[in-house]
Parts: sequence; C-alpha cells; structure tokens
Amino acid sequence: MTSMTIDKAGPSRKARIGSMSRDRKWAMRWSYVFLTLFAIFFLFPPIYMFITSLKTSAEISAATNPWWVYNPTLSNYTELLTSNQFLTFFRNSALVSIFVVIITMLISIPAAFALARMRFWGSTTLATGVFLTYLIPDTLLFIPLFKMFATFAQWTGIELINHWWVLIFVYPTLTVPFCTWIMIGYFASIPKELDEAAIVDGASWTQTLLRIFVPVALPGIIAATIFAFTVSWAQFLYPLAFTSSVDQQVLPTGIITTLIKGDVFNWGQIMTGALLGAAPPLIIYAFLMDYYISGLTAGATKG
Amino acid sequence: MAEVTLRKVVKRYDDVEAVRGIDLDIPDHEFVVLVGPSGCGKSTTLRMIAGLEDISDGEIMIGGDVVNDVPPKDRDIAMVFQNYALYPHMTVAENMSFGLRLKHYPKAEIKQRVTEAARMLDITDLIDRKPKQLSGGQRQRVAMGRAIVRNPKVFLFDEPLSNLDAKLRVQMRIEIKKVHQKVRTTTVYVTHDQVEAMTLADRVVVMNRGRIEQIGPPNELYHRPATKFVAGFIGSPAMNFIPCRLEDSGGLLQIRVGETIALPVPPDRVARYREIPRDTGMLLGLRPEHLVDAQSNQGAAFRPFDATPDVIEPMGMETFVYFPLAGVQLCGRINPAIEAKAGAPLRLAVDLNHMHLLDEATGLVL
Repeated sequence: MTSMTIDKAGPSRKARIGSMSRDRKWAMRWSYVFLTLFAIFFLFPPIYMFITSLKTSAEISAATNPWWVYNPTLSNYTELLTSNQFLTFFRNSALVSIFVVIITMLISIPAAFALARMRFWGSTTLATGVFLTYLIPDTLLFIPLFKMFATFAQWTGIELINHWWVLIFVYPTLTVPFCTWIMIGYFASIPKELDEAAIVDGASWTQTLLRIFVPVALPGIIAATIFAFTVSWAQFLYPLAFTSSVDQQVLPTGIITTLIKGDVFNWGQIMTGALLGAAPPLIIYAFLMDYYISGLTAGATKG
Repeated sequence: MAEVTLRKVVKRYDDVEAVRGIDLDIPDHEFVVLVGPSGCGKSTTLRMIAGLEDISDGEIMIGGDVVNDVPPKDRDIAMVFQNYALYPHMTVAENMSFGLRLKHYPKAEIKQRVTEAARMLDITDLIDRKPKQLSGGQRQRVAMGRAIVRNPKVFLFDEPLSNLDAKLRVQMRIEIKKVHQKVRTTTVYVTHDQVEAMTLADRVVVMNRGRIEQIGPPNELYHRPATKFVAGFIGSPAMNFIPCRLEDSGGLLQIRVGETIALPVPPDRVARYREIPRDTGMLLGLRPEHLVDAQSNQGAAFRPFDATPDVIEPMGMETFVYFPLAGVQLCGRINPAIEAKAGAPLRLAVDLNHMHLLDEATGLVL
C-alpha cells in the first residue's frame, strides 16, 4: 500500500517542479524577445551610421538600398583622420574632458565626503541644494553665463569667449553637482565605524578620505568619472554658444560646423566623425562597465 | 597604560539626556564592563571616552589629563567595534599596522609588533588575507590585533562579540580575557550581555536610563545587588520578585506572601528589617537557585511549600521549573534527578538565607 501512495505522489510532485521550470523558461523567452527589440531599436542608428560612413557621397545620394554598401570605401575615414581640423577637434575634446574630469573629482570627492560625514550646520540642506543645482537645465544657464563672461572681459580684459579652454570652467557646473550627489550616496553606504576606526587609529580627516574612503569607494568614483567624461565629451550647447572659431571647436560642434556647408551635408564624413567621436566613451565603458554598474547600485545593498 | 576617570559626565541630544551625570574611576590595568539594556547610555559613554561623541557636561580624564577637547587621534586609545570595521581594501597585516604607519613608525618595529600580535591571537597564517576572506571570529581577532599593536593607553570594546554565534562568543570571550591578562591594558568594555559582563570584568558597571545603578566586582553584584534593576539584570534566569509584606506574629517577624505562605525572617536580618513599616509594599527577591526541590534540600534554612509547575526545562546539569505563586510566575532550580512533570504537584523549598527584600516603591534592596 505504501508503495502505491508513493507512486501516486511521485508524478504529481514531478509535474509541479516541471511547471515551475516552465514558468522560468517562458520568463526567459519573453526577456529575450524584449531585449532583442530593445537592442535593435538602439543599435539601429549606429549601424546606419556605420553603413553610411563606408559609402561615397555619390552612393549616399543615389537611390539604392540604404542598408547595403555596393562600393565600400574607407575614404571618409582616411580624409577625416588626416584632416588637421578633425584632429584639432579631437584634441580639444580630449583635453577639455580630461581636465573637466580632474576638476570634477577634485571638487566633488571632498565635497561629498564633507556632506556625507562631517556633521555641520546646514549640511543636509546643502546636500539637497547641490542636487537642485543639477536640475537647472543648461539651456537656461548659457545666456547668463555668456553675459558673465562678457562682463568679466570688460573688467579684466581677459577674453574667455571663443577659447576652447573656457569649457573646462563651464562644464563642471554640470558635472560637479551630479558627481557630488552620486558620491554622497556612495560614501553614506560605507559603515560609519570604518571612519571612526580610522580616526581612533590616528588618521586625520584628510587621511581618512584618501586612505580609506577613496579606495573603498572606488566603484562609485569610477562611475562618477565615467559620467563626468561622458557629459563633457557629448556636451553640445555650451561649445556652440561659447566657441566659434574653427580651431577652438570641440568634436560635437566641430563636425556640424565644418562638415555642413550651407545646405550641403557631407553625410559620409558626418557619420564617420560621429562614430569616431563615440569611440572613446565606448572604450571607457567597456573597460569599466563592472565598476560602473556596482557604482550605480551602491546604497541598494550595503557594501 | 593609564587610568580613566569620568566626572559628572553628561550627554545631551537636543532635549534628551542619554547620559545623566556619570562618575567612574577606572584604575590602571583594570577591566571594566559597562552593561545595561539598549538605550541605557553605555555605548554613548564609551564613545565619549573615545572622543567620537562630544561631552555635553562634566570631564573625562585619561592618564590624569582632561581630554574633553582632545581629538580621538590624540587620545592614544584603541577601539574594537561590533561590526569589526576592518578596512576592506587592506590585508590583515595592513589593517593591523595602519595606525603605526600613520605615525611613521620604523618598518622593522611595525613588522615585529604585527607578528607578535598575530601570534598572540593565532592569526599568523591569515596575515596576507583580505577581510572578506575571513570568518566572523577571525575578523574580530584582526580587529583586536589592530588595537593591540598600537599599545595604547586604553582599550575600548563596543559590543565586540554581538555579531558572533553563541559558541564562538564563548571562545572569543576567553581570548579577550587571555589577551588582557597578557597585555594588562586598561580596558572599557561595553555589552548588553550580563554573562559577558560577569565573566570578563574586574568590575561591572550596571547602567540604566543614563545613570549608573551599581559598580562592583561580578560576585558582589550577583550576591548583593543594590537595586531591583541590578538584581533583575544580573543572573540568568532572572531573579524572582514576589509581592509581600512584613508582619509580626507572636513576637516573630515574618514575611507574608499571599494568604497562605508566611516565611520567618532569618535571625541575622531581623534587626535590619524591624524598623520597616508593616504596611509598606515589599518584594521578596529570590534567585532560581534558592527556590529548590524540598527532597534534596532540607534543614533549618529551607522552608518547604507546594507548587504546580506549568513548564519544565531540563538543562542537563540542572532543571528549571516555572510555576505560579501569589499571582506571579516564578522560576526555580531543582536537582535533575527528580522527576518533575508539568501540571503535577511538586514540593519545593525556599532558601531564606539568600533572600533579598526590596522596597516595591523605590526599588532599593533593603
């Protein structure tokens, strides 16, 4: 009799386990369906850019299949990479981004440390204030900034407008608040006992920051670095407003101003320039992706 | 090494007084445990000694110097935290030597001190590992090692064993005691566990609601508690408190419990209790080991009575019985050889020589 009941129970139990794994299988299928749709949607523009960049101007304007290259050529690439203009844009962009990242980190790491750890009068209000400044769009800021630079030039005789390096001072207004905010969150997730232990061990605030917080919060700092780099690399409005001479341009504006002449669009080179311009952030993301993800999800789980 | 002195130390958070005027003298080499329920101000007191909290009022002295305004890094103290607080990016050796490296000690001395401390704590093999590769007990050893290598004036422990499982806690307790016997550094240790307090301390400081209830060696607190709080807090299972009052019966002073039980006051205590007004509400304090089975405890000091236990807890070397009496639930300890059943009557005896009499209103032991 007992063997009978076991036999009965056997299949029904099996079926239940089977249905659970079937649920899981369906969930996986659906997620693949949506991820594929998502990937197609977002890969569509870069693939189209890549195909176009391999075409001659004649082929681009010809009424052929836009998704196929009949006479592939690398001339767009060679022309751009040997053009002094494009290399100047690239150099300007690189210098601006690197300096902006450095300035941003030098300001926002100590700022975040102070706001997260040193309890002082008004520190919470200040932390919220930092975030609120990030919410003001740059489209509202460029006119007052322009006016400020003009007044500054009047008073001191130092002309800031139409120099690529002015962007080094302008971009941190966008990057510092957000990076500070990310890092406040990250620092807050570090157990308080850790800095107390360091302080009892004889460390000053600076030593605690540099020898404990920076190494422990490295994922958060890398996430903030990537953000600052991407923002300054891709920023369009400020360079459009503050730089006009060709040799002072950065990539995003440089490509537009030099490769569009009147109503003539040099599509092949525009696409090539955009692709080449997208490469550095892509490379940085690829290398630091793991850090980036753990940086953004900090605070969700402690540690 | 140094003595630690607290004079009328107060800690206020806005309107709340977390610590309400504490006086404490800790001589050099002593191991003092601050014990009490959560929110009693013990951790705050320790953090004030460490310098991690400002002192609202009063004075703290380490080695004779007032340190109220001395930052933690200049107090020459070492602290062990509940969650270990090891630096996750450093190896065990780096963790232990961090304080010495900050003070630019010579490399050879750092190495020697770390090696010595690692040997004392039996973590020599782990010296190159990162904290995440260590178990809880090993991490706590490293945290202790970090304190030892500094050779500070004072060790501060903030509930260091609370994150460990029960077995490991007992083991680490012994380790801590061994370390203290070797290095003899003045130690202030905070815990909510009265067993830890009893086993580790030279002197126990029982705190409650921001005040010190009693200071004394473990056995003194156990046998001569000053207040109901201390009597109830120290000892496990806790002391029984039975409502009672004093009455005279035929020229004899006796303790009346409920309607049926009257217990004679032991002769050596008559003088002490005689002046107490007879209508004062009193509590009879009896530890479980003084509520015993009548069978194996006979003699003048033992007063037998009948009870019906509703819960029996065999512990192996002893058996605890829980039974109602005079409207309260009591716990007694009987010889494990005696067959006791829940619901079946059992003859118990009171050991009056070890009784305590408390004023119900003030909570003071008389």
